[in-house]
Amino acid sequence: MNSIILMAGTRLLVALLLVFSVFMLLRGHNEPGGGFIGGLIGATGFVVYTIACGTASARTALRFPPENIAMAGLGIALLAGLFAAPFGDPLFTGQWLFIGASGDDKGLPLSTVLIFDIGVYLVVLGSILTLVFALEEGV
Amino acid sequence: MAEYDGRHTAGTATAGVLAILLAAGLFAALLPTLPQIASGEVVRLVWPWVPSLGIDLSFFIDGLSLTFGLLITGIGALVLLYSYRYLRGHPHFTRFMLFLSLFMLSMLGVVLADNLITLFVFWELTSITSYLLIGFNHADPKSRRNALQALLVTGTGGLALLAGMILLGNAAGTFELSEIRAQGGAIAEHALYLPIFLLFILGAFTKSAQVPFHFWLPNAMAAPTPVSAYLHSATMVKAGVYLLARMHPTLSGPDIWFWTLTIFGAITTVFASFLALKQTDMKQTLAYTTLMALGMLVLLLGSGFGYAVTAAMAFLVVHSLYKAALFLVAGLVDHATGTRELCVLGGLGRVMPLTAAAAALAALSMAGLPPFLGFISKELQYYASTGMETGALWITGAVLTANVLIYAVAGITALKPFWRPAEGALPKTPHEGPWQMLAGPIILSVLGLGFGLAPAFLTVSLIHPGVDAITGVAGLGKDLKLWAGVNAALILSLATFALGTVVYLVHGRLRDALVAAEARLPSFDRGWDRLLDGLKALAAWQTGILQSGVLKTYLYTVFAALLIGVGGTLMIKGGLVLPDSWPVGTVRAWLVVALIVAGAGLTTVTNSRIAAIAGLGAVGIGVALIFIIFGAPDVAITQLLVETLVVVLFAVAALRLPSLAAEGPRKLRPFDALFATAIGVLVSLVMISVTAGPLDRRITTYFEGASWPDAFGRNIVNVILVDFRALDTFGEIAVVVIAALGAYALLKGPREGGAK
Repeated sequence: MNSIILMAGTRLLVALLLVFSVFMLLRGHNEPGGGFIGGLIGATGFVVYTIACGTASARTALRFPPENIAMAGLGIALLAGLFAAPFGDPLFTGQWLFIGASGDDKGLPLSTVLIFDIGVYLVVLGSILTLVFALEEGV
Repeated sequence: MAEYDGRHTAGTATAGVLAILLAAGLFAALLPTLPQIASGEVVRLVWPWVPSLGIDLSFFIDGLSLTFGLLITGIGALVLLYSYRYLRGHPHFTRFMLFLSLFMLSMLGVVLADNLITLFVFWELTSITSYLLIGFNHADPKSRRNALQALLVTGTGGLALLAGMILLGNAAGTFELSEIRAQGGAIAEHALYLPIFLLFILGAFTKSAQVPFHFWLPNAMAAPTPVSAYLHSATMVKAGVYLLARMHPTLSGPDIWFWTLTIFGAITTVFASFLALKQTDMKQTLAYTTLMALGMLVLLLGSGFGYAVTAAMAFLVVHSLYKAALFLVAGLVDHATGTRELCVLGGLGRVMPLTAAAAALAALSMAGLPPFLGFISKELQYYASTGMETGALWITGAVLTANVLIYAVAGITALKPFWRPAEGALPKTPHEGPWQMLAGPIILSVLGLGFGLAPAFLTVSLIHPGVDAITGVAGLGKDLKLWAGVNAALILSLATFALGTVVYLVHGRLRDALVAAEARLPSFDRGWDRLLDGLKALAAWQTGILQSGVLKTYLYTVFAALLIGVGGTLMIKGGLVLPDSWPVGTVRAWLVVALIVAGAGLTTVTNSRIAAIAGLGAVGIGVALIFIIFGAPDVAITQLLVETLVVVLFAVAALRLPSLAAEGPRKLRPFDALFATAIGVLVSLVMISVTAGPLDRRITTYFEGASWPDAFGRNIVNVILVDFRALDTFGEIAVVVIAALGAYALLKGPREGGAK
């Protein structure tokens, strides 16, 4: 599709969507959001970019083949789950690290749960883009 | 079989020597338990494996498993040594040694396992490794086909066995063999005895190639000779016999055990000995005598009679010794002359004196002549058959027939090639084999003589503990004696020699008659091919029906299943509940409903694909709005995003499809309308029924309470997804990836018949 307006608008929109997707991913544990929703938003961003500028540019912008991203996501999620093993917990038990915690203040919470959610994010993003690119290129 | 006279490289030499040392080491490790086992003790080793299911990696050694263990490792070491020279320079020598060692270890696992599940795992491993060994010459389609046949037949039996083991484990309350055996014959009284018995029999009979599952065994001769020597003497095919012996205290007793084993054993042993006489290939002949031996062992295990079980143990040992030796001799002859045809071979005694000596000793043991161990075992068979409480006459007849024929076959296979003049030109000038290949046959055949001359050691250390293990009670074992006075067994033995000699003298004419007779009988092997072809045709037929390739048929199938399954359950179980009062609903909610109905309506009537997609999108957005109204923002966001992406994907895909307008104006399709309405009404009724009942909030309350203290998250939906139910989520995202890759492959893959 060759539309100057769409192409110009897309640049702003895609950046916003991608930042927003990461925002949704990170807030997910306490507010509406999470890896699945974040991944969907991120994918929407790239889909818009694909429609405006074509799959070739979208593939360049993505840097990695989407199917690899999806599989890497699956691997990350699995690693996050396996991380419970060294601590003797059942598979996929969340492990937490609170940096600078004092009293009621939990400080900066880091966890394998977040890593797992990042895996979910990448799976959703990669899978959708795999499909969209394949469909677009097939036409 | 071609001769491989290449050289060993440092790598292959190391691999070969390691494999031989492994087998010899295991043999040496088992030997010190001999005095312990002879005194009636049982050695046990346990490691917990899946404790929650009562499955342990446990092993135990008693008389039966020690006998098998020594045969497996001892003959294994000799066969590996033989292969070291036989396959020297073969491009896949290392692979061969690996397969053979793996097979040996699996077999050892089978006979040492104390847990039913452990036993089953090793049982299946023997099937798989023997598949690799039989199909070792994988470039040959016949070899592949025969390997697959062996795998499928024994694999089917393996599945039956697994089912039988699970039933037995539940009936007995434990999966530990030693505990099950300690319960004695209690299982025979159990309500599940019959299914357990039938499943075990199916497992044992397929593995030990009893009629009608016998056809795979002679075909398995496609394997290199050392493999045949190993698989068909002490191992693989004896696994079924081992299983029957092992389960003897538990499952024997009822009449069905006696009659099944005796009848099938007798048929197999007589049938196989006739077929053995018919063959002209040295290896094929030996294969059928193996079948004969398996039938005989099954027959002898039918009763708990002391002589029968002692005869089974003695025959087990003697058969392993002479059969391995004869197979190895067949390999030596093949190696030296380039042929295994009994009609051609002859006059090898002078050029291959050591091979000839080994063959002679083994054959005399096989023929059952004194003073060989084979004689003692044959005497015991006659004691057993004449002493049977029921059916003594015909059982004796079967045993006598089999022994007469085997006597003749022993002469044909092992004496004629060496001591009679050759009847044709040999493909190669024969020469004596190398020492690595002579060691096995000589040691094994000399053992057959040694044990025959001095049977006392064997009796005390292996036969009696083995009999105790099979019967489950002490002291039933009979002594092995060369001279037991003039009695019925001795007379039968003399009759065997006389009749056997007659058969040997006329075997040429008898063979022709047998070939003619067999041509008129249906062939099991061709039956097997027809069975497989039928199975493939059935699969193609049902795939054609289920996978029509028409999207509409798929949709009908899925929704019809939903209609019948859910609707039927709703009716039968009386799940249909209507609420006492119907809520009025807010204006806002009614507006959303109107949007959904309008979207759905547009989709069904429009002539434009894009409009139809947009209509579906409107339905999806309406559903998302409902989620928002009822306070489920996470679900609503997901729904909206998915809806957006689906519309985009649909729009892209729709460009490939022909225009709806091209199909002409939309006609009313009453059946489709009715079908869709039925689905809609059903789903609505289910929803109404579900919401009419009181809501069980226990799970919700738990997650509300646990989400923050346990998982440090306030968004319950997300906490459930990534923490409480993370394993489920992982499964789901794995499905997402697989689905995406599958679709990718479909879209990108090569297309049949060019672009669509």
